[in-house]
Amino acid sequence: MDITEVSTSQDGKGKKGKKAKKKSAEVDGEGSAGEEKKMVKSELAVAFPPAFSVSEIKNKQRRHFMFMKLKQEKRKQKMQLRKKRRKEREALGDKAPPKEVPKTIENQRVYDETTVDPEDEEIAFDEGTDEFSAYFNGLTNPKVLITTSDRPRGRTVRFCEQLATVIPNAHVYYRRGLALKRIIPQCVARNFTYLMVINEDRQVPNGMVLCHLPDGPTAHFKVSSVRLRKEMKRRGKNPTEHFPEVILNNFTTRLGHTIGRLFAALFPQEPHFVGRQVATFHNQRDFIFFRFHRYIFKNEKKVGIQELGPRFTLKLRSLQKGTFDSKYGEYEWVMKRHEMEACRRKFQL
Amino acid sequence: VIWDIIGNTQFCSFKVTKSQNFCRNEYNITGLCNRSSCPLANSQYATIREEKQCFLYMKVIERAAFPARMWEKQVKLSKNYEKALEQIDENLIYWPRFIRHKCKQRFTKITQYLIRMRKLVLKRRKLVPLSRKVETRERRKEEKALIAAQLDNAIEKELLERLKQGTYGDIYNFPVHAFDRALEQQDQESESEEEEEEEEEDDEDMNKLKTSSDEEEQDESSEEEEVEEEMEVQTKASRSKGKSPANGSAARKKRAYVEIEYEQETEPASKSRAT
Repeated sequence: MDITEVSTSQDGKGKKGKKAKKKSAEVDGEGSAGEEKKMVKSELAVAFPPAFSVSEIKNKQRRHFMFMKLKQEKRKQKMQLRKKRRKEREALGDKAPPKEVPKTIENQRVYDETTVDPEDEEIAFDEGTDEFSAYFNGLTNPKVLITTSDRPRGRTVRFCEQLATVIPNAHVYYRRGLALKRIIPQCVARNFTYLMVINEDRQVPNGMVLCHLPDGPTAHFKVSSVRLRKEMKRRGKNPTEHFPEVILNNFTTRLGHTIGRLFAALFPQEPHFVGRQVATFHNQRDFIFFRFHRYIFKNEKKVGIQELGPRFTLKLRSLQKGTFDSKYGEYEWVMKRHEMEACRRKFQL
Repeated sequence: VIWDIIGNTQFCSFKVTKSQNFCRNEYNITGLCNRSSCPLANSQYATIREEKQCFLYMKVIERAAFPARMWEKQVKLSKNYEKALEQIDENLIYWPRFIRHKCKQRFTKITQYLIRMRKLVLKRRKLVPLSRKVETRERRKEEKALIAAQLDNAIEKELLERLKQGTYGDIYNFPVHAFDRALEQQDQESESEEEEEEEEEDDEDMNKLKTSSDEEEQDESSEEEEVEEEMEVQTKASRSKGKSPANGSAARKKRAYVEIEYEQETEPASKSRAT
């Protein structure tokens, strides 16, 4: 039985794939008539001599064909398993074991010891006294200066303009070769609270330096996937002058908390609910997605959102303690690729 | 004769064979391995080279027998661009057009990149190299993260939660029945909940609604305060958008009543959510 089967199947392959498939289909049909799993397995064992793997066939066509067949077998087994399980579940009814939750990267995330507990007193105290406390206590109003690197090109310029409309109280200034370190004292003198520098590479923005001015932390991000307003599908009209609300999602660790506060302090404290605009910074696997929407409540269970305004994603590259200083600055956190990206389940933000 | 030997067909030690026809000879004027730009195969040749200053090197047929003296470092080309061009011209005056043209081109290119180097030094710009592999990897990760994030759902959920918690005050007047039902549903859910939420929301709106400064920013206390304050806000002039005042006040009164009742109920709910 074995030998004849092998020979026929191989002969069929020798001629044309289709014929051989037909033959194997017949053989399969016979095989699966009996018990489901075992028959298939034994049929496989029967069809090939032991210690055989698909990769050992030298002929590409035949190898490909055998691999496809193997895949089909596996898929069939999987479907059978699933059917069986579903039948069991239905049979058991209420007593069935709970559905298994599929593993996702978020589920499997390595527990980060710097995760912030909402009730941690030390953290609450820290936040009460750090550089953002002035803002969060309502003492200062944010005033943002947006600038670029030297000689910005069209896309970057437009991006800056759109950012300025999104962030209230933002001013765009162009830089003609001025050093950042010299701009900073001037900004402080004019009461700016934030300095945002958009770095450009090959006519497209690709980096952002966000500096909290009165001596605050400086964060350097990598900017990617910038979509300007006219590239948005189904977008609404231009954003109005109302202050938007801010949503910060998933900033769990200490570092994430700091960055979250950094973003929060960009916007004024009292949002205009009349304006119905919301800016979202959503952190997912260390990528921060920025979106700007207008929302409307249809009833209290449903809300509709419409995207207006630019969108971009940020990835934190470094966080410095003082203002921007590339040489003597004290780095609080630096992205070290080899250490930090080694594990796929470990994230910093 | 020489070109037949070392030319395209046969071996030339200066020729970079892997890529396209580059000549590594430092006297080569264009850098390509051609019949007309090979310094070995042409008996009359001239090049521009620079060692801190640009020099015009000339090779003539009379000196072909003396390889050490073959290249004559003739002219110190002046720093002035136009004068230098004139100098090249007058020295190569009866030379073939190709060599003259290429000499001038090379000189132009050299001066340009020298200028650029000097500018870069002044600008203090750091050049950080990009690794292509890393970039593609990051792009892929970003795409996957975007899919996993489900941004629209997250935003909608957050907005609805804020509505439920009443951060919007009294702007939205929804029928109270459905609101109560929603609250009850939420209570049932929160009782059966065991674990804390993963998301750490920064309590933006809590802060915004606080009129007095708060020392600590914990979830519970801020939520309680905010619920209390919200009633104050309601009694003051709020931003009702043209809903009839009678209706508004009726709803307000009713809602105030309802909320007092629920204040105790939502407390344990919020506690269980925070822990």
